[in-house]
Amino acid sequence: MSQLYAFTLGPFADMVSSPVFLVEVIVGGIAAGLMYSLVALGFVLIFKASGVFNFAQGVMVLFAALTLVGLIERGLPVVLALVLTMGVMVALAFAIERIMLRPLVNQEYIILFMATIGLNFFLEGFGEMVWGANVKKLDVGIPDTSFMVAGVQVNKLEMTAAVTAAVLVTVLAVFFQKTRIGRALRAVADDHEAALSIGIPLKTIWVVVWAVAGLVAIAAGIMWGAKSGVQFSLSLIALKALPVLILGGFTSVPGAIVGGLLIGVGEKVGEVYWGPLVGGAIENWFAYVLALSFLLFRPQGLFGEKIIERV
Amino acid sequence: MTDGARRPLLEVRNISVAFGAVQALSDVSLDVARGEIVAIIGPNGAGKTTLLNVISGFYHPYQGHILFDGKDRTDLRPYEVASLGVARTFQNVALFKGMSVLDNIMTGRLLKMRGSFLLDALWWGPAMKQEMEHREFVERIIDFLEIQAIRKTPAGRLPYGLQKRVELARALAAEPTLLLLDEPMAGMNVEEKEDMCRFILDGHGEFGTTIALIEHDMSVVMDISDRVVALDYGRKIAEGTPDAVRTDPAVIDAYLGVAHA
Amino acid sequence: MIYREAGQFKTTYASDQAIFPIVQDRVFVALALACAFAVPLAATEYWLQAILIPFLIYALAALGLNILTGYAGQLSLGTGGFMAVGAYSAFKLTTAFPEASIILVFLASGVMAAAVGLIFGIPSLRIKGFYLAVATLASQFFLIWLFNKVAWFVNYAPSGTITAPDRRVLGVIVTGPNSTAGARYLMALGFVVVFALIAKNLVRGRVGRSWMAIRDRDIAAEIIGVRPLRTKLLAFGISSFYCGVAGTELVFLFLGSAETLAFDINQSFLVLFMIVIGGLGSILGSFLGAAFIVLTPIFLTNVPHIVGLKMSVALLKQIELMIFGALIIFFLIVEPHGLARLWQITKEKLRLWPFPH
Repeated sequence: MSQLYAFTLGPFADMVSSPVFLVEVIVGGIAAGLMYSLVALGFVLIFKASGVFNFAQGVMVLFAALTLVGLIERGLPVVLALVLTMGVMVALAFAIERIMLRPLVNQEYIILFMATIGLNFFLEGFGEMVWGANVKKLDVGIPDTSFMVAGVQVNKLEMTAAVTAAVLVTVLAVFFQKTRIGRALRAVADDHEAALSIGIPLKTIWVVVWAVAGLVAIAAGIMWGAKSGVQFSLSLIALKALPVLILGGFTSVPGAIVGGLLIGVGEKVGEVYWGPLVGGAIENWFAYVLALSFLLFRPQGLFGEKIIERV
Repeated sequence: MTDGARRPLLEVRNISVAFGAVQALSDVSLDVARGEIVAIIGPNGAGKTTLLNVISGFYHPYQGHILFDGKDRTDLRPYEVASLGVARTFQNVALFKGMSVLDNIMTGRLLKMRGSFLLDALWWGPAMKQEMEHREFVERIIDFLEIQAIRKTPAGRLPYGLQKRVELARALAAEPTLLLLDEPMAGMNVEEKEDMCRFILDGHGEFGTTIALIEHDMSVVMDISDRVVALDYGRKIAEGTPDAVRTDPAVIDAYLGVAHA
Repeated sequence: MIYREAGQFKTTYASDQAIFPIVQDRVFVALALACAFAVPLAATEYWLQAILIPFLIYALAALGLNILTGYAGQLSLGTGGFMAVGAYSAFKLTTAFPEASIILVFLASGVMAAAVGLIFGIPSLRIKGFYLAVATLASQFFLIWLFNKVAWFVNYAPSGTITAPDRRVLGVIVTGPNSTAGARYLMALGFVVVFALIAKNLVRGRVGRSWMAIRDRDIAAEIIGVRPLRTKLLAFGISSFYCGVAGTELVFLFLGSAETLAFDINQSFLVLFMIVIGGLGSILGSFLGAAFIVLTPIFLTNVPHIVGLKMSVALLKQIELMIFGALIIFFLIVEPHGLARLWQITKEKLRLWPFPH
């Protein structure tokens, strides 16, 4: 009986008894969630514009961060390193389009998905080979300190990430809805062949999209890298972006934010209040189970488009 | 022909279907008597395929009923409808591209196969015997539709006309009581259409199947159907013998048009 | 020409649908099997331990995943988790019932994995494609967490690992520290041959056709009469059974002892790579893919040595990753049906050789 209480009502009692702590946990969750959203943004971009589910997005984040840190370590000033990294990601986009996307242009999406899994492993090995496998410290001039707001501890770095994410999302949302290129991108996502047949330059579009996703990956890489150091586990964090996408829908830019927040807060709250009851480390699977439960009721996510099947 | 005393095989009563704001079908009713061939005609977007999908159980109407052999079948799932003896072909050929023609047609026999999983795993005794029996039946259909030469070809590699024929074979393999054909002649030339007509009529004669088909080619409709139903914007606008419907002013307005001298 | 098929007419449907319709194929396979069983007499310990045994084990896992993803079209990234279920169940069963036949323990562990697979397969009715892949990640991460956290699974061993004890079949020790590589090899071989045969029988008959129908066009399949939930669950169940037994073999016949790291997400990817490279929807492909993935690291560690290049272990691992990744992309572009299709094309060309067509 007391077990049952401990599991269901106990954590809620804990929450109520120290509300300041609860707020801090939630704020921490929001911050973590926004970092997930940054990664998810890259996914959404590519999926929205090319229909490809880029499993390698996480590794692109890692790769971007590795390149940046590697260049800084070799003595380049931060700004130059940043510019060069952007160049590298654009070049990567070109290469991906030429070598991987173009030959597979008419294949089913599941084949493209598996190709991105291959890309994932290739970039992982390549990044490690070029830049080395040890953990690197990334210093971008934002201190990882906290300050107090209304009695609640808030982390400067996490705030910066939050603001960055918010800005990026707004810019991208406007871009997709209002501009001509945005419309072309949405057409491509719907149907490659049809888009080709009305003259949309598929190759250019794809390079643009993957390059932008690469730049978003740099932003995400900087944030994550500054927080926890640049290392292999960064790409695992990116796997976490998948549940974010499920909650928010694969094609929605604001959905990536909302999904990220839900996952981030859900995870943190779950870990802090329920984690100790089952031995901790719930964060390993909580996000996925949350996403799974969600899928059962709303297979298209919160913001995704309802799929109407035709025969 | 229609026997007044017996119930129609299929009764569609006041079916209405909507997708969001789009009203696909409004208050459509029709009957199909046992052994009849009914043609459903109308312009694109009239709701013809939607009607077949409702009968198949793939869409569920928000209003109305479907009665099959006198019993209400409106809310059944597609495979339950199939097990009642309804088979169909699809507007955009829905063959299983990864399987050979033979395997595709054999999937039509799935409902007739009683399997013991264990014996299946051993490919022995009753499982093998059953597989061979079904194979024999399928070979009859293959002979009947003259597709022996392509039985091992992967379905994805066939030209369009042959794919349509294989789809018909798959539907016939189920020994259906009701056969729903969605534009079986689409994209065929005159000879292919003649062949398909022959197959459909022969199938109807040999297996006694009731048939409802969607078709755009009016000469085919005139030739093979007993009755015709015309749809436009989700509503039934005419019903009757082929000649009656062909000369119906509403149908001419909506769909057939008039020859200009 | 390697051999002529002319003159071999199949006069019954049964012979037409046989697994090896051509006489020469039957002879070849019989010989190959005989040799396979005789291998322990001639092979070195290294070959058995490092190459053949893992090959057979992964071939079994690849068969399992191929059934689920290649034949039934349900993309799964949870293979590692199901293998873990098999291994940990077997460990618990055999330590609790040391007298029980180890063969039965292996089979029971497969059944446990199948049960878990069925539970995690239920969402597949509503969820398809990439969404399902993400959902299978839920099973993967959850199961690994479970085996890490609950000490009961490792019989409260402080090291957190499970270890295969000595067990006998017909008086010969086949698992555990005192078993010989030859004995373990024969166990693995026996299991994989039987299960490959069963898989082949399933996929060429009614069950396989309903799987492929769901894979190719699930809506049309349902309209024709395929029951989607039943068919998908059957695929999940059988696939998990195979993966579970493979997981058990991984610990009992290969590693000797293991912790959850042996079953992590990388294992899931590895098996997925095997079936993509080997050929989705092909029994032979499962074997070819497993062989390829098992041999590549061996090749990579030995070749530079032979050629005279010196490379660090880390560098080799990185090159391995790059080669795997590049090969996946390569195969998907060039031959989405994998090595199995390449083999088929080769055979067709050999029929005509030396004529071009």
